[in-house]
Amino acid sequence: MEKRVTFKGIWLPLLLVLPQMLVTAVFFFYPAGQAIWQSLFIPDPFGLSMRYVGLGNFEYLLSNPYYRASFVTTAVFSILVTVLSMGVALYLAVLADRLIKGSGVYRTLLIWPYAVAPAVAGVLWLFMFNTRVGVVTWYLGVLGYDWNHVLNGEEAMGLVVVASAWGRISYNFLFFLAGLQAIPRSVIEAAAIDGARFWTRFRTIVWPLLSPTTFFLLVVNIVYAFFETFGVIHTITSGGPQQATTILVYKVYADGFVGQDLGSSAAQSVILLLIVGALTVLQFKYIERRVHY
Amino acid sequence: MITREGMVEKRGVGHWFTHLGLIIGLLFIFFPIWLAFVASTVSQPEIVRPPMPLLPGDQFFENYRKALVSGVNAPVAWMMLNSLIMALGITIGKIVISLLSAFAIVYFKFPGRRLFFWLIFLTLMLPVEVRIVPTYEVVANFGMLNSYSGLIFPLIASATATFLFRQFFMTVPDELAEAARVDGARPMRFFWDILLPMSRTNIAALFVILFIYGWNQYLWPLLITTDPSMNTIVMGIKQMFPSGDDIADWPVIMATSILAMIPPVIVVISMQKLFIRGLVDSEK
Repeated sequence: MEKRVTFKGIWLPLLLVLPQMLVTAVFFFYPAGQAIWQSLFIPDPFGLSMRYVGLGNFEYLLSNPYYRASFVTTAVFSILVTVLSMGVALYLAVLADRLIKGSGVYRTLLIWPYAVAPAVAGVLWLFMFNTRVGVVTWYLGVLGYDWNHVLNGEEAMGLVVVASAWGRISYNFLFFLAGLQAIPRSVIEAAAIDGARFWTRFRTIVWPLLSPTTFFLLVVNIVYAFFETFGVIHTITSGGPQQATTILVYKVYADGFVGQDLGSSAAQSVILLLIVGALTVLQFKYIERRVHY
Repeated sequence: MITREGMVEKRGVGHWFTHLGLIIGLLFIFFPIWLAFVASTVSQPEIVRPPMPLLPGDQFFENYRKALVSGVNAPVAWMMLNSLIMALGITIGKIVISLLSAFAIVYFKFPGRRLFFWLIFLTLMLPVEVRIVPTYEVVANFGMLNSYSGLIFPLIASATATFLFRQFFMTVPDELAEAARVDGARPMRFFWDILLPMSRTNIAALFVILFIYGWNQYLWPLLITTDPSMNTIVMGIKQMFPSGDDIADWPVIMATSILAMIPPVIVVISMQKLFIRGLVDSEK
């Protein structure tokens, strides 16, 4: 795409792009390049010099059981967060779509969690399930269930999943509702005249027509679960117990800042970079396709 | 009788089930927030002897005053100010540099334009979470740890806004630029008098999204603000938990959580239309 009409001049446009170029070069390209560069070295124990190891950091990482476990943890976590938040959001969107009046009120209320930072969402859920003072923990205790996410890895995973999915419901709800409202009423009514019940209509008409939205949300939610849930994990579990909730992004932080293992952390950054790259390409491929519709 | 509803939406029992389903969903969503609010209005002893009450107590003013004025490590009012400066800095900074560069990319043909375009395209792919260690080193070398510029600049380096404005400028009719050129208007005059006023809605929609993005940042402030007086409210909450076995000051912590969500909630609710527009735009 090109504009037919353009202004003349070379210095002015260069001056206009200069601020963004500067910020991007200093805070983006230089650090990203550093990450790639550092991933090829191991600092000596005194931090005075760097020893070139080629792909050694990567080999070490990929053979490291903790790192491989973190891959599995991330996959499980992302899938659960995506399915849970999209499921709840779709359920609410289908209901709101059935209303003629009042769906605006529900929408206003359902937008709330979007504004709540993941880290704050983490604190809210931590409070409910706190082993000592948590209300839900207490009531579970009354029912005879001993909740302890500090010791139990599966419970810890469950808690970070629910807290992460909770914050994401608004976003998915808005996109699902928009998708549902874009489906022509006449199609659905025609099916209703033919005697199709709600569930049949949903399965054969609504769900297929909604699939572009669903696919888009799938990718976006996986990206969210990968990167933006750091706050939830850090506030609730700090990756524990025994790394049960250490997702990849958390491990970059834990190894780089807490463990001071720069080579490994940089190599992990590069691996993450490849994953985001792949997801972004997927997203753009899809969007290109949507433009042709 | 012909009604707008047609024949799919039925009144009656099904109608009430729909509302019931939505209300159950709302209860699930609001329960954590409600509980946090209740906890921020009761006293510490009421919380540490579970179960805590489910209705608000009478310590509202006491807890919020304590949080805002003294907090745990730093006064929460101060942390909110830091968050506000960071959020506005990121929002305004991003919008300004993106408007300028999108204008250059769309309305000029200059050497290196394509290269520049692809360079900023790349930044779409790499969230700050991925390059934290080297970015931290850059900021430390500039002596920007514990400073507003250190909080703001690394988060401005992303291209979403540039793409958004580029997309929008491409839809502006060519006749406008042509007319401006025929009238002998300089490029910046055209930018200032025509393009900018036309972009008002886009700018506002982006403002809502970026403000929430900036306010809700966690990892970056956590790394570079070691001085409690520079903490932002979202990252400061976690710092209020005691290390070891001491019991957390829950009423103050929950009051802080409520305070941390109020500004973004107000922005989202009061500018709902712009927010939804911005959300859809920034994902295109």
